[in-house]
Formats: sequence, structure tokens, C-alpha cells
Amino acid sequence: MDNNKVIETIGLTKYFYDPVKFQVIKEVDLSINHGEFVSIVGRSGSGKSTLLYLLSTMDTDYEGELYIHNELVTGQLDAQLAKIRSEKIGFVFQFHYLLTEYNVLKNVMLPGLKLGKYSNEELEHRAIGHLKTLGMEKHALKMTNQLSGGEKQRVAIARALINDPLVIMGDEPTGNLDRKNGDLVFDIFKKLTEDFKQTILIVTHDTDFADKTDRIITMEDGRILL
Amino acid sequence: MNFKLILNIAFHLLIARLKQTVVAAVGVTFGIAMFIALVSFMNGLNELLDGLMLNRTPHVRLYNEVKPSENQPLDLSYKYKKNVNFINSIKPKDRGKSIYNANTIIKVLKEDKRIIDVAPKVTSSVLFNSGTIEIAGFVNGIDMVAEDKLFKISDYIKEGKVTDLSQNNSIIIGKGLADKMMLTIGDIIKISTSNGNLASLKIVGFSELGIAEIDNVMSYTSLATAQKILGQPKNYITDIQLNLYDKETAAAVAKEFHKAFNLDAMDFQTANAQFETGSTVRSIISYSVGIVLLIVAGFGIYNILNMMIYEKMDSIAILKATGFSGDDVKWIFISLSLIIGLTGGVFGLVFGYIFSVIIDNVPFETTSLPTVKTYPIDYNAVYYVIGISFALCTTVISGLFPALKASKVDPVEIIRGK
Repeated sequence: MDNNKVIETIGLTKYFYDPVKFQVIKEVDLSINHGEFVSIVGRSGSGKSTLLYLLSTMDTDYEGELYIHNELVTGQLDAQLAKIRSEKIGFVFQFHYLLTEYNVLKNVMLPGLKLGKYSNEELEHRAIGHLKTLGMEKHALKMTNQLSGGEKQRVAIARALINDPLVIMGDEPTGNLDRKNGDLVFDIFKKLTEDFKQTILIVTHDTDFADKTDRIITMEDGRILL
Repeated sequence: MNFKLILNIAFHLLIARLKQTVVAAVGVTFGIAMFIALVSFMNGLNELLDGLMLNRTPHVRLYNEVKPSENQPLDLSYKYKKNVNFINSIKPKDRGKSIYNANTIIKVLKEDKRIIDVAPKVTSSVLFNSGTIEIAGFVNGIDMVAEDKLFKISDYIKEGKVTDLSQNNSIIIGKGLADKMMLTIGDIIKISTSNGNLASLKIVGFSELGIAEIDNVMSYTSLATAQKILGQPKNYITDIQLNLYDKETAAAVAKEFHKAFNLDAMDFQTANAQFETGSTVRSIISYSVGIVLLIVAGFGIYNILNMMIYEKMDSIAILKATGFSGDDVKWIFISLSLIIGLTGGVFGLVFGYIFSVIIDNVPFETTSLPTVKTYPIDYNAVYYVIGISFALCTTVISGLFPALKASKVDPVEIIRGK
């Protein structure tokens, strides 16, 4: 590979049609390199979350081109996109979205089971490893409703890590947490980039959080301010 | 696709909503159980009623019909051979009721490999006399052994035995007839035949079929006694009845014998066409009730899966975000409904069988059906196969729409909505 771009967009444009046609993302050209800890900030309505969901491949209704790992993603089928998400992207949302039917360990393992790259035993081993990194190994066999908000978010991060993703995307991952837990989650991200060269892309409106990241992308009215 | 994982997720979703799942499955169970019990019962009843008629009807009956001659003299004329001839006012020709050369025909038939047995019979309409009263009826001269083998006539003999007919001048009369004429076993009954012969016969038993029209007029005696009271020789036979190993071929065999022996031949299907119709209608009714029950159960499943999808929107969204495709999600929900359908269906089969056994053991004693002690049930594996396949079909179809809906859930909308 001649460059180490993880994500690259060319002329990314998106419209909202309801209630009237409205251009949310305007011709965004952006590239994120391997190992970068990037935050996207901007006022509410600036299109930062919308941009993230376009990059996540979940939102396919856009114009322009999106490359992940130098591979054109635009126009691929649902099943292929699901595979790309499974292999290359880990998600952490504002809300944890853990499955209440499963315990912590199984929640972390689930995306791995879907990908099927590792055997069950290996996955379990890896899941415990990630939980250990996040200081959650003693909760592995608890049900998710027995955890606090901060703990749940850490489980969600472990789940995002299970398939060794190319990039972790976060949509306000600390938005629902208090200062202390928020800092804890930030420290985890920081540690991941420093120790494991993990690429991380976080949307946040918390400027303190953003200031501590490697690179800040500011958005306003659907454009990136340089 | 990783079906083990998909089944595992479906299973966990079900466990989480155990109560609703059980309700949905019980709906299917109830539908299938009722379907099986109903169809088994209805068909048992059909068989009983058909048996009532069909067991008494020979598969093929050979006899002489009173009818006009098939070859009219005009047909023999060369002059009019090529014309279309219309003949008015033809009168039937009486060739006599007696089957010509009956003993030879019976001998030939007895050697036919397709035929179980042959029962010769003499029937005649007679008048039963009691004091000044005369009651019209029929006397059947039967070959006791063959008649019992083919038509289980001893099942319908309430008092006395068929073999008692081997005594000279003995008769078994219908229960209705006996009640009307206040006769009991051992009494003498006077019979006058249409050609004016009078005979006195000793009553050795009563027959009761449960069909009043028959019980009021029918009587049985031995072939020899019947020939004697009619004043006919030993070779006088009016009917030759035969049963086949494969009764479905009756119509073809009847046609064949009609040609071979120049006799009228009636197969049981033609003779009892109205019973076939009744059975068909009853089957249609029971099948449609059963299927309606299953469709109602299907709506139950549809509802519950739909509700589950609304409840599990978050889970669907995160599954999609973490790499499950729309197809995976679709299969999760189809597996959900399959699990409900399969468990509900299997329990339905078990309960259907249990209900059938219960019905089979409910006493059902009526004087008209002497051989029936409990309600009839037809245990037939086909009903169970239909039941389980229909259970799976309805559940899959009712699960399909919610599953398609779930597969189309847009994760971005759910996640951003929070």
C-alpha cells in the first residue's frame, strides 16, 4: 500500500429531504491516517454526526466517494457493507447498546462470533484480554443491567475492539457519562492510540475532550474548517 | 452465514420474552391439536358411517336387472342397419331374477385371484303374516359362512347366532319387524311369497343394523330354506356378491364381469355414490375448521413478532452496526417464528394425539350401533404430517413480514434518535 490512509472521502455530499431539501454535508474531502486520534467538533446541526454515519458505511444515501483502507465503499451491497463494518470498524455510541439478553462476555464476543475469524475459545480469551485492559474482567459474567453507566460504556469499547478494527468510531461516547467516567473513557482511548496505534475517530461537542486529541476537525454548516 | 450464531441469538431473544413466546406457541399448539383431534374424529365418524353401508355392500354385485332388451329386433334388420332408429314404448323384458348357470359362475369366480370370496344370495320380497296383519318385507337366503366372512353379518345379529340358520326352516328377522309383530325367539312366523307359496319358519334370532328402514323389513334365512319357500330348485340364485382384495378396482372388475357373464354388475362406488359425497363434504368441513384455527394462530405469531421487533429495535440497530447484514437479521426473526412453530407444532401433535385418545375412550353407546362402544377415531399419520407442515408454513409466513421489516430497520435512524 502506497499510503496509510484509513479513511478517505472525495466530494462527500449529503442532503436531508424532510421537511425540505437541505444540504447537510457539503463536498467534504477528508482523509484520516493510520494511528491518528481524531475528534470532530462543531455546533449542533453542523453535520458532524451525519458525517460520522456516512463514514461508518451505515448511511448509504450520499453523493461523492468514500474509501476505507483504499477500497471504494460507495455503491457496495448491504451484505458487503456489513462485512466491512464487521472487519474494519468498531463502534462506540453515546448509548451503550448492549444486548440485555447476554452477559458482558458474550456481548463483547458477539461481533467476533459474527465475523468468525477466530474460534470460540480464542474469542473468549481475547474478550477477557480486552476487558482486562479496560479493568472490567471481574464483571465478565455479569448481566449488562447489573453494571453502571461508565462500566457499560467500557464494555461497549471492549466490544468495538474485539475484531481488531482498523478504526474505532465514536458518537459522543462520553456524552452520557459524568466527568470522572468521561475522563476514564478518554484515557482508555488515549492508551489505545499510544500503546496499540489504534486509529480513533470521535464526534464530540466536549471541547475539553477534543483539545486532548491529536487532530481536531471542526465542522460548520456541513463544511470542514481548516 | 453463521446459522449457529443466528439461532443462538434468536433463542436468547425468545428466552428474554418467554411469556409471550409461550403464548404464541400455545396458540399454535391449540390450533394443531384441535386440527388433529377434529380431523381424526371426523374421519373416524366417516369411516363408521361409510362402514355401516359399505361393509354391507359387496364390492361387485352380479344380478339380473329388469330392463328392456339391449338388442331390439329392428337392430337385426339389414335394411335399417345404417339408420338411426327411434323406438317408442319399449317394455322391459323379464328374463327372470335367477342367474343362469349360477353354480358354474361361482366356481369360476372362486378361482379368480383378485377375489377374496364369493357369496351367493337369494332375495325375494315377501309378506310377513301375523294374525290378520300383513307386513311387506324381504327375505335373504344367504350362504352363512361366506356372508359372515365378507360382510360380518354376525356383528348385526343381536340375539341368536348366524349358524342357527343351518337348522331347517329357521329365520332371523329384523328387530323392527319383531317389535312390530310382537315376536320373540322360538316363535313361528308365517311368510307368503309373491307366487302364493306359504311357509312357516321358526325365529332363531334378531338382526339390528341401526337403520330402521332396513330393520323393519329385512330377514335372513339359509339359501336352501329360501329356495324351498320360493318353490325353486337348488341352483336358483338371484345375486352373486363378491369382495375384492383391491376394492378400488371394483368399477373395472364390474365392467369385466358384465361382459364375461352377460349379467348386470354393480360396483360399490356406484351403489353408494351419495355416501362418498357425504364423506367428502365432512372432510372439507373438518379441514377448513382446522386450517382456520392455524391461521388464527399465525396472526398471533405475527403480532408477537411485530411487537418484539419494536421492543428490540436497539438490538437490531447494534447488530447491524457491528456487522450483521439485513439478511442475518431477517434470518434471526424467521428462526424465531420457526422455533415457535416447531415447538408449538410438536406439542400440538402430542396433544392432538392425547385428545384423540380421550375421544376414543368416551363411551358412545347407542342401541342403533351395536358394535360401537366409544366415539370413533381414525388414527392416521397423514393428519399429523399435514398438521406439522401447516404449522411450519403458517409460522414462517407470519414471521416473514416482521422479519423483512426488521431487516430493513435503518440503524442510523435508531442510534441517532437517542
